[in-house]
Amino acid sequence: MTKEKREILIFFIFTLAVLITPFFLQGSYFLNVLVFIGINTMLAVGLNLLLGYAGQISLGHAAFFGLGAYISGILTTRFGLDPWFALVIAAVANGALAFVIGFPILKLKGHYLAMATLGFGIIMFIIFNETVAVTGGPSGLSGIPNIQISSLIFDNDLRNYYLIWIITLLVMLFSINLSHSRIGRALRAIADSEVAARVLGVNARVLKVQIFTVSAVISAIAGSLYAHTMTFISPASFGFNFSIELVTMVIIGGLGSIYGSFLGAAILTILPEFLRVLRDFDIIVYGLLLIIMTMYMPGGLISGLTRIAEFIVGKIKSRGARHA
Amino acid sequence: MLRLDKITKIFGGLTALTDVSLEVRKDSITGVIGPNGAGKTTLFNIVTGLYTQTSGDVYLGEKNISRFATESLAALGLVRTFQNVELFGKMTVLENVMVGLHTKSRSGIISCAFKLPGQIKEEKMIAEKARHWLEFTGLIADAPNSANNLPFGKGRILEIARTLAVEPQLILMDEPAAGLNSQETTQLAVLIRKIRESGITVVLVEHDMDLVMDICDSIIVLNLGKKLAAGTPREIQENKAVISAYLGDS
Ligand SMILES: Nc1ncnc2c1ncn2[C@@H]1O[C@H](COP(=O)(O)OP(=O)(O)OP(=O)(O)O)[C@@H](O)[C@H]1O
Ligand SMILES: [Mg+2]
Repeated sequence: MTKEKREILIFFIFTLAVLITPFFLQGSYFLNVLVFIGINTMLAVGLNLLLGYAGQISLGHAAFFGLGAYISGILTTRFGLDPWFALVIAAVANGALAFVIGFPILKLKGHYLAMATLGFGIIMFIIFNETVAVTGGPSGLSGIPNIQISSLIFDNDLRNYYLIWIITLLVMLFSINLSHSRIGRALRAIADSEVAARVLGVNARVLKVQIFTVSAVISAIAGSLYAHTMTFISPASFGFNFSIELVTMVIIGGLGSIYGSFLGAAILTILPEFLRVLRDFDIIVYGLLLIIMTMYMPGGLISGLTRIAEFIVGKIKSRGARHA
Repeated sequence: MLRLDKITKIFGGLTALTDVSLEVRKDSITGVIGPNGAGKTTLFNIVTGLYTQTSGDVYLGEKNISRFATESLAALGLVRTFQNVELFGKMTVLENVMVGLHTKSRSGIISCAFKLPGQIKEEKMIAEKARHWLEFTGLIADAPNSANNLPFGKGRILEIARTLAVEPQLILMDEPAAGLNSQETTQLAVLIRKIRESGITVVLVEHDMDLVMDICDSIIVLNLGKKLAAGTPREIQENKAVISAYLGDS
């Protein structure tokens, strides 16, 4: 079985698992947590395109998430637009913004790129906070309508679960397809050796901006869905801390791995429940996690799990051989 | 095929190349030799657009490519390998060569993400051609392995296979034999000849004199950033200035 066929099979099993999970969780609080895991998975998979495939850091991705949420929130509450229409506008606007700032920003490398994206995140955070007349400022924006498909209103956990996970699954499939294509290979080539990729005719500058744009569009869709499921948003959800959390999800899950991004998102969605006692110091735990993971498991949790699985399969096989 | 006209490169206060002019004939194997720091790699970096020369011009055929961006040269048939092997380490051997087919394919992000029919067809073509080049270079058995796990000698060959996938007119090789054992070097010589026979012009920077004298039709000698001599292997071996430069009393 080729690597690609195996990945499609795994995706099929994963999809099945996602679709039947709610039947075991009727009315449970955990369904609500799974909705958030879905949103964070979408964000992590989107960031992974940039960070895991192309090897370009962004410490400002929470801003794209926030911008998507605010555009959707404002257009529906103040101008009465349909949430779906608002989502599309949020996605297009975010894509346009990422494309425009992408050209100057992505010329930078390493620490400089980290600083520039960090700066972008901080600027957007200040805008969310200070333009009180538009965004509602620190006290937030409430009364955002739920998404609706004819008479079906997505106003409870079960419905939101399916809405968000179906879109997340599509984003994951999109990401898998991309990774086994000329664009995905060119991106990974850029991450490994940008000069060699360029010598082979890969236009690294344009490709980096394109993937940055796609990543921003995915973040905006996640932001819009978040606004319409929560019905309330405030700047606190879109600050520097959340940008760091997103990077942590991708790295501890495993750079370049789609299921790693899911694992990272799941862990970092559940973990805060246990870290509440630490209040704002929870970011220290993420920092420690990052350090420990990069030191002892640079391939992320997914590679650790793969190694364990291979070890067990190897054991079973060798035992089978001995019995035969 | 390739012509350099009075190339000068100054790094801050250091003059790495002074008025270097040279010409590479089509279908030849041309060697560029010279002691460490002579400016050989700098010359390649200028030709491939990674550095910008302080003055002078580079022509590929009739085209002045002096200000061309690195990524635009593959489509014109000019590629290179690197002194410090630059593999895509986290990708497989096959995928490394598939990247070489980037300019031979068109699908954009959208058709790749949604697997549109044209993209699927193109992907088959890419894999087929990449396999062809792995067979050509004798690496086919390593196709599914990670490039990081390849022995050093095979890594150098993979870099060449990757550039062949571009179907270039001209390959610049920066010390392709460095770090190879004698058996691998012999195989490399065979491969380079086979590449030339398939209609590709080769320029190689090399320190291995036996290899250079064996396979090159003509040789250019650089010393301290200046062209010291040019000629056939025999002429170079008998050149007084070259001999003294190599003995270190230049
Ligand atoms: N980016 C750079 N900045 C400053 N100086 C440089 C740069 N690249 C090369 N040089 C200098 O230019 C000179 C020529 O270097 P180059 O790498 O071209 O030599 P070379 O002939 O390839 O040597 P070797 O055989 O060791 O590879 C050296 O003195 C080197 O230090
Ligand atoms: Mg050199």
